[in-house]
Amino acid sequence: MTGPTVTKTPKLYIGGAFVRSESGLVYRPQSAANVPRGSRKDLREAVRAARRAQPGWAGLTAYNRGQVIYRVAEMMESARSSFMLALGGGRQAGREVDSCLEALVFYAGAADKLSQLGGSVNSVAGPFFNFTIPEPVGVTFLVAGDRRALLPLVTHVAAAICGGNAVVALVSSARPLPGLLLGETLQTGDVPPGVVNLLSGMPEDLLGWAGSHRDIDLIDCCGCDPQEWRELAEAAAESVTRVLPPETTPALTPSLSLRMMEMKTVWHPVGL
Amino acid sequence: MATSPPKTSARPKSLDLLPDAPVPAEGEAGVEFPNRLFEYEPAKESTEHVRLEDRYGLFIGGRFVNPHSKAHHPTINPATEEQLALVAEADASDVDRAVEAASRAFLQWSRLSGGQRARFLFRLARLLQERSRELAVVESLDGGKPIRESRDFDVPAAAQHLFYHAGWADKLGFAFAAGPGRALGVIGQVIPWNFPLLMLAWKVAPALATGNTVVLKPAETTPLTALLFADICRQAELPPGVVNIVTGGPEVGAALVRHPGLAKVAFTGSTAVGKEIQRALAGSGKRLSLELGGKAAHVIFEDSPIDQAVEGVVNGIFFNQGHVCCAGSRLLVQESIAEPFLRRLRLRVSRLRVGDPLDKNTDIGAINSRAQLDRIEALVQAGVGEGAHLYQPGCELPDRGFWFPPSIFTGVAPAHRIAREEIFGPVLAVMTFRTPKEAVERANNTRYGLSAGVWTSKGSRILWMSQRLRAGVVWANTYNQFDPASPFGGYRESGFGREGGVQGLAEYLEFS
Repeated sequence: MTGPTVTKTPKLYIGGAFVRSESGLVYRPQSAANVPRGSRKDLREAVRAARRAQPGWAGLTAYNRGQVIYRVAEMMESARSSFMLALGGGRQAGREVDSCLEALVFYAGAADKLSQLGGSVNSVAGPFFNFTIPEPVGVTFLVAGDRRALLPLVTHVAAAICGGNAVVALVSSARPLPGLLLGETLQTGDVPPGVVNLLSGMPEDLLGWAGSHRDIDLIDCCGCDPQEWRELAEAAAESVTRVLPPETTPALTPSLSLRMMEMKTVWHPVGL
Repeated sequence: MATSPPKTSARPKSLDLLPDAPVPAEGEAGVEFPNRLFEYEPAKESTEHVRLEDRYGLFIGGRFVNPHSKAHHPTINPATEEQLALVAEADASDVDRAVEAASRAFLQWSRLSGGQRARFLFRLARLLQERSRELAVVESLDGGKPIRESRDFDVPAAAQHLFYHAGWADKLGFAFAAGPGRALGVIGQVIPWNFPLLMLAWKVAPALATGNTVVLKPAETTPLTALLFADICRQAELPPGVVNIVTGGPEVGAALVRHPGLAKVAFTGSTAVGKEIQRALAGSGKRLSLELGGKAAHVIFEDSPIDQAVEGVVNGIFFNQGHVCCAGSRLLVQESIAEPFLRRLRLRVSRLRVGDPLDKNTDIGAINSRAQLDRIEALVQAGVGEGAHLYQPGCELPDRGFWFPPSIFTGVAPAHRIAREEIFGPVLAVMTFRTPKEAVERANNTRYGLSAGVWTSKGSRILWMSQRLRAGVVWANTYNQFDPASPFGGYRESGFGREGGVQGLAEYLEFS
């Protein structure tokens, strides 16, 4: 028997589970889909899930994290047709998926290079062994923005998690479906629950709360417009939260990961 | 120099006179408390060779100029409360002039070859070394820190910073994978009063090495060594406008950091002011680095080398009267050794000498200002009020000037103000822990994250602790070590950005 197509309800991805917004609200930015309108409480739950997941994720070896991110690339390749569909099809959608795969593969291989690229052994003027290593800043909040539906999201999520951070991301509000679809790819790619959390909704509902949230360590204004950037950065000042400025083209560079990390320097005396 | 020195405090004649006299436990190996202490003769550093001007102008475009307001304020010796000199009070129009001079100088300075910039920085380093005795004495006169520290730490470390960064100036092309980078422009720098010359060197050296020019505002209570540094810039024939120094109070700093002509702001100071600056620069695209407050945990495990750990703890909290953002102000001792450890700590602290900063025997000098003394006293009162037990050795403090005895609080709960707030004075809050996990939890239970200390004989535990302590600098089996090659800076509300090392250099360059 053939009947009407089985459609998929778009959902948020929080703590490894696909959930509706606590608000019960939806909006309809793309075609006829009812997209969850994430609320302050959804944001809070997502940050809580990220905070819980972060130490375990950072505690994995960098080699292990790299393999998980590579697995996400494998899952995205196998779900290529779904992503193409969500991106509206055509050559441009194909190119965007290709770029996302490139970013995932790039940051998969970056995980175990960061301490050598950003760290150092320092020759101090005394009998000490002294070294500096990058450590994840903790929980980052990403505003993916509307410039592209998927590529900035994938690039900045991969850059953040390859260094051991957990992420709460607000996907494109104009075209949220590809971003929400990423949750399925992350889940089947064995990214531990809570390491990446995806919210959809209106920036004006969420950015004010995110900026002043005490348990967010870094705000990545990747897709913000100038006013959103300024407001987020002003709110962030209250807890000296780090802020990355808006970005025009998604960058494949280890320094993006390193900008989401802290440098820790350790001293120890050398002697008998 | 009309400075009548305060008397170094009279030492207790014997330990029997101490209010909290430590009693050695029977059979405790290696601990013998002599009941007589040697008296110290005063060993005062001469000030005869120091010639301060009566009145200083602002250093803009390579020369000293009068402030627009024509106003000057006195800078005093906190050990005697006597005036040392009058210092110019800059206003917004002076800041404009200084930024303009720095912008003009940037055009040439940033185009010099790295090797040429290096030569200037090496010159500055050498001149600092040549004039080190003068600088050390003025640093102690103006700020109140013991001459032993200004002579052996502040001034040599400042020269080392200039020397270290001089060597980077012609190697920027080798430093970063992303390329040599570009200088940013004019940097606004605001520095605190606890290490006036050293903080100047931390700020100025990397900025100049990378081709930037600076407008620096020293702290209101400690401007003198910065003004001597201005003279050193002239002596080095540094091109006019590369370094500009504007003096005055907080409103000058506020005008500087908000100036539209800056490419970057670098600030070291309180967390409250750091937040204001971050808010003011929000969304501007200007670079910002903040080195703010701290409330460092100093963790002592039962297998520590106890005598060395006691020295480390004393150095950690009483260095520079505790006016140190990375001071080890929260002592976490493992419960099993808390009692004998604290006995030895109190004994050691009872022998610290508080008094004349210019006396070479002095361990703890004067508190930097009346305002800071008031703040320390208020927080210590709060500690007593909240029920913690205060120990202070019985030492006489000089009659004039600002003084506070070394202080140890036991019976401190994590919720007490003295366990949470930065005191920035010689006050230690002691707490205990049982397991390494508990030590980490307690150590990280703070909004700050500048530094931490850990003492243990077990190598794997040192690395385990270092990974888990949320702090930018971890000192293992040592404390309060600094070096220009070693990046310094905080996590969380202790700020962001690093100073020192190749990581600190990157803060002053643009790569895209």
